[in-house]
Amino acid sequence: MTSAVTPTAGPTDADAVPVGPLPDSAGHFGRFGGRFVPEALFAALDQLTDAYAAARADPGFAAELGGLLATYAGRPTALTDAARLTAHVGGARILLKREDLAHTGSHKINNVLGQCLLTRRMGKTRVIAETGAGQHGVATATACALLGLECVVYMGEEDTSRQALNVARMRLLGAEVVAVASGSRTLKDAINEAMRDWVATVDTTHYCIGSVMGPHPFPMLVRDFQRIIGVETRAQVLERVGGLPDAVVACVGGGSNAMGIFHPFIGDPSVRLIGAEAGGDGLATGRHAAAIAGGAPGVLHGMRTFLLQDADGQTQVSHSISAGLDYPGIGPEHAWLHETGRATYGVVDDRAAMDALRLVARLEGILVAIESAHAFAAAFGVARDLGPDAVVVVNCSGRGDKDVDTAAKWFDLL
Amino acid sequence: MRSLSDERSLAGEPDERNEPGERNEPGGQSRLSQAFARARADGRAVLVGYLPAGFPSVAGAVTAMRALVEAGVDVVEVGLPYSDPTMDGPVIQAASDAALRRGVTTADVLRTVEAVAATGVPALVMTYWNPVERYGAAAFARDLAAAGGAGAITPDLPPEEAGPWLAATADTGLDPVFLVAPSSTDARLARVAAVSRGFIYAASLMGVTGARERVGAQAAELARRVRAVTDTPVAVGLGVSTPEQTAEVAGFADGVIVGSALVRALLDAERAGADPEEAAVALRGVVAGLAAGVRRSGPSVPRG
Repeated sequence: MTSAVTPTAGPTDADAVPVGPLPDSAGHFGRFGGRFVPEALFAALDQLTDAYAAARADPGFAAELGGLLATYAGRPTALTDAARLTAHVGGARILLKREDLAHTGSHKINNVLGQCLLTRRMGKTRVIAETGAGQHGVATATACALLGLECVVYMGEEDTSRQALNVARMRLLGAEVVAVASGSRTLKDAINEAMRDWVATVDTTHYCIGSVMGPHPFPMLVRDFQRIIGVETRAQVLERVGGLPDAVVACVGGGSNAMGIFHPFIGDPSVRLIGAEAGGDGLATGRHAAAIAGGAPGVLHGMRTFLLQDADGQTQVSHSISAGLDYPGIGPEHAWLHETGRATYGVVDDRAAMDALRLVARLEGILVAIESAHAFAAAFGVARDLGPDAVVVVNCSGRGDKDVDTAAKWFDLL
Repeated sequence: MRSLSDERSLAGEPDERNEPGERNEPGGQSRLSQAFARARADGRAVLVGYLPAGFPSVAGAVTAMRALVEAGVDVVEVGLPYSDPTMDGPVIQAASDAALRRGVTTADVLRTVEAVAATGVPALVMTYWNPVERYGAAAFARDLAAAGGAGAITPDLPPEEAGPWLAATADTGLDPVFLVAPSSTDARLARVAAVSRGFIYAASLMGVTGARERVGAQAAELARRVRAVTDTPVAVGLGVSTPEQTAEVAGFADGVIVGSALVRALLDAERAGADPEEAAVALRGVVAGLAAGVRRSGPSVPRG
């Protein structure tokens, strides 16, 4: 299992370290990020940037969002001591940040509540979103129902059949679900279709991106709304163990749960930040979703970042048993954290993730999402390496109810 | 199929509008600028025709692009098929996807440019940014110039991110063409105008490529606003597909860009089982109407 966290080698370019907060005013994290979008979207991105700056300066916005997070989403989420798992792994004390306990079953609700409140502040009435497994789509449909906004969710045709139950959930919540039949019919094509919708409807519509990706200001905006995970974790660990954790581990697709829990620790050099990319059938097979380990810098969906691409710069289709990690890119701030060496990214393949999922279920009574299971698999190796005096936090980003069908097939349970 | 040197010998007589193989010379008037100047002298708008390279095949696309030239297109826009074309509607997506499935490469696109440029009409690449970045901006500019290309339209590369591309094209004579949209502020129009050469691509409406029943009402206003900040010609695209629409746009812009209507003709030809020559006949018919359109209504807004 230690091999699961062999870090992806990355150059450390000290000269490229920028001064001041990230991103810069044009949305850059070093050489990553930016805005690579059609001119038609610039006005909307500027409007969103301005609306967000105004909201941040308005105590009323923080109070409204904080109120919803506490009384609707169920925050703060618990920090659970995983005693049996710790004993089984035989290394560091393992603590779990329980985003699986948030409303709708994952951390996704943190971001959509923030963005949907912004939508209302901008005077827009319609929200569009992309979704892979359906978690972000369900969260967006939920927030739109709560706030009385029209909701359209784009989902790759492949995913609508693989995740039929989540399609029904979104429709129950009043959202329209559009099956995208173009390109590879997966998450990346759902994003393309959402962007096409947005160009044509931007006067009335907000595009609620579900991860720390896309053109500026989205990577910053989504990070800031997910930052609550790390803020709570930091305070909870300090209170529980009287010091900072030695490592924080999270799974990374686009990377919003990881960015959310990493960010408040970036200034704590003693805290190792470890991201687990999805290795699919294994890096060597080429069938994976590990943008940092198996990709190269390029431009996709409005940002410069690491992505899976061929020699001509055509995006390659990713593969993972976890639909939520099945994306050929990664948020630009992760690309930056990798390049500067502040965070370390390893690869966990389907098998290691599924083994971790079953182990956590049996030892802790927690059925985690397959996405989160990647973080657990990586954390086991980290915990062993660091030893019993250390503390490792795993971001349990979502619950696994949606994955029972996949797990039943994988383990031949029915 | 991939060798276009044989094709070139089939090109026939070069178009008198330009000498074959003529290159943009740094410092001189670019081939795009010349095309716009000539059309203006004729009292008409430039007709820009778009087709993706590699559809229905690399050679078939060259045949189709030559048909555009023969039927009166002034500038050929050679599309570089891309896996994630967020600015394109279903028609261009369908042809681009098919071209990629059939294995078209960036090198094929450059060979296509070379074959089109050999007709004497300016050949302009339309490409999303990542394929250029992957190729290397400097290498792409060098090879595009060597192929006789006139420049490139880069719809997802805003001026803010265009530094490497502007540097790469600076000494090649290639024209970097940037876009404006109805939502562009005056400050952004000025920013785009400051870096765009050859012409400025004005998106007629807020949306993706594809035929529309009517030209966006915002198009004329956008062309007027662009002209207020620059002398660079403005060409209008998105949703322009009929002779009536080209005539209408020619009344307020220096150029008219047509894409989906031409791609639709190729898709229909393939669906009907037509061979490339039959498809070319169909295309020539479509272009003849559009070319008449740009001549029917001379620019009614005189240039200062």
